[in-house]
Amino acid sequence: MIAIQVENLTKRFNGLIAVDNISFSINSGEVFGLLGPNGAGKTTIIAMLSTMLKPTSGSASVNNFDILKNEDDVRKSIGIVFQDQSLDEELTAYENMDFHGRLYRIPKKVRQKKIIELLKLVELENKKNNLVKTFSGGMRRRLEIARGLLHEPKVLFLDEPTLGLDPQTRNRLWEYIEKLNKEKGITVILTTHYMEEADRLCDRMAIIDKGKIIALDTSEKLKEEIGGDVITIKSPERDRLYSKINTLSWVKHAEPHDNSVTISLQNAEKHVDEIVNLASGNGIAIDFISIHKPTLEDVFLHYTGRTIREEESGTKDQMRMMRRMGR
Amino acid sequence: MDIVYTIWLRNMKRYLRSKSRIVGSLGMPVFFLLVLGFGLNSVVSLPGMGQGYIGFIIPGIISMSVLFTSVFSGIQIIWDKQFGFLKETLVAPVSRLEIMLGQTFGGATTSVIQGIIILVLSLFIGLNITSIAGFLVAFVFMLLIGLSFTAFGIAIASKMEDMHGFQLIMNFVIFPIFGLSGALFPIDGLPSWLKSLTMLDPLTYGVEGIRYGLLGTSQINPFFSFVVLTGFTVFMVVLGAYLFRKINV
Ligand SMILES: Nc1ncnc2c1ncn2[C@@H]1O[C@H](COP(=O)(O)OP(=O)(O)OP(=O)(O)O)[C@@H](O)[C@H]1O
Ligand SMILES: [Mg+2]
Repeated sequence: MIAIQVENLTKRFNGLIAVDNISFSINSGEVFGLLGPNGAGKTTIIAMLSTMLKPTSGSASVNNFDILKNEDDVRKSIGIVFQDQSLDEELTAYENMDFHGRLYRIPKKVRQKKIIELLKLVELENKKNNLVKTFSGGMRRRLEIARGLLHEPKVLFLDEPTLGLDPQTRNRLWEYIEKLNKEKGITVILTTHYMEEADRLCDRMAIIDKGKIIALDTSEKLKEEIGGDVITIKSPERDRLYSKINTLSWVKHAEPHDNSVTISLQNAEKHVDEIVNLASGNGIAIDFISIHKPTLEDVFLHYTGRTIREEESGTKDQMRMMRRMGR
Repeated sequence: MDIVYTIWLRNMKRYLRSKSRIVGSLGMPVFFLLVLGFGLNSVVSLPGMGQGYIGFIIPGIISMSVLFTSVFSGIQIIWDKQFGFLKETLVAPVSRLEIMLGQTFGGATTSVIQGIIILVLSLFIGLNITSIAGFLVAFVFMLLIGLSFTAFGIAIASKMEDMHGFQLIMNFVIFPIFGLSGALFPIDGLPSWLKSLTMLDPLTYGVEGIRYGLLGTSQINPFFSFVVLTGFTVFMVVLGAYLFRKINV
């Protein structure tokens, strides 16, 4: 059973191509990740799939409803947690839920029962009569997830669900998401630029960069694709080191980034001393060297030639958090 | 209808919770009422007005209160846009018309309440309501002003990205609408250029209608005022709904 089918979907903003002719499908019951750096086009994809934005070209269906022709059916069958907060802060948690329930025309009895049930699930039941403006970022996020589930959607979109949350809250949210998926069979599409999040939650993931899907598979397969081991070397003379290493025959792939060089190869243990000798023979200092199995971070680097810049996204997250707090 | 009610209900809850806004937005009308009313009462004498200048401007100040509150309620959509809440409403399987109407009724209700508060305060400074019918006439005109200008606010909000333009709208649209209406001066005896402007101002018909209801006299036939203001209301609601349909979040 296919939950989401996307064909040649494209979105242009004036001159900019935000989403560039992408196609993929998601099975029902799957947790599917859209992984990519800031500006990759993740939010734009979700906006089109949730009928909030009209595609420039291409087509897609959600729960077998066409996003252009059956807007209302799509909307009824999805739940969504937007990247930026979308609660009414002057209302209480319960009132926010109630507003949502009324918009989705859930009968009063069912509505009241489900609201309490869901507030319990996200551990906010004892705060139900507090104004949302008194809530922390994590509480708000949990409330938004509970709200998105109120009308029992078959597909749930989560746009950066754990953005700017502390590790503990993040772990909690991951548990909720896993539970929803396992127990209720809800198909989940989530976007993130936390590799750990994608690794832990997603059955399959698409790596997106500049509006294009550059890889799509399970986390294991993506890592296998790189194969063997990864050596990361930090050096003040990165470029010289890189050009030397690139000539070695057993190097499958080497990539300079930030102040390191990342090398993919087989049997790293055997070759690491050669590298060290090569460096010292040429008088290149090495600050740091590590050998590891490929991570999603390496996969991303492999396909895009860049790391997902955590610092960059970090400051952006902080800005978002501040905007949230300032409200 | 239940969706319209839902949006209306949210507006009411927010309104009743913002005590400072209720009181704050009474400030200017009350100030006008007292300063202009008492300040000019002895120097201005209007032929054929039994209640003096103060009595004359009470309907004008009530209109002012309804006008400002309603435009403001409509424009609040921009906040919903900026604070993200509008997305939650727009992604639901409901039509934009229902959302727009709910917002319009919500804004109209709050602005009529604000108008009635001024009306009640006016009872203490000499306003006499002689008949229920008169009060009802005034009420209907307040409601029409509330509906049309909330819709007007929504129309503006649908076109604006943020609150930066708000001051501009206030100074160059809302104040002139208030100033040019017959709220503070009688229409008869104005220079003809000013009179034509006044007659083009939809608020004039609201003020005159309320005046007829509360004082029993007006310079424009109340039935004519009713027809013009109703026409304006229908026009604004249609325009507001049309622009709101195209709003982007
Ligand atoms: N309404 C808009 N008008 C013009 N450009 C837009 C609009 N929305 C998005 N873009 C651009 O489209 C590109 C993709 O944006 P999008 O928000 O989808 O990225 P994202 O992957 O969600 O990034 P992030 O991780 O920062 O949330 C960006 O370059 C962005 O500037
Ligand atoms: Mg995004």
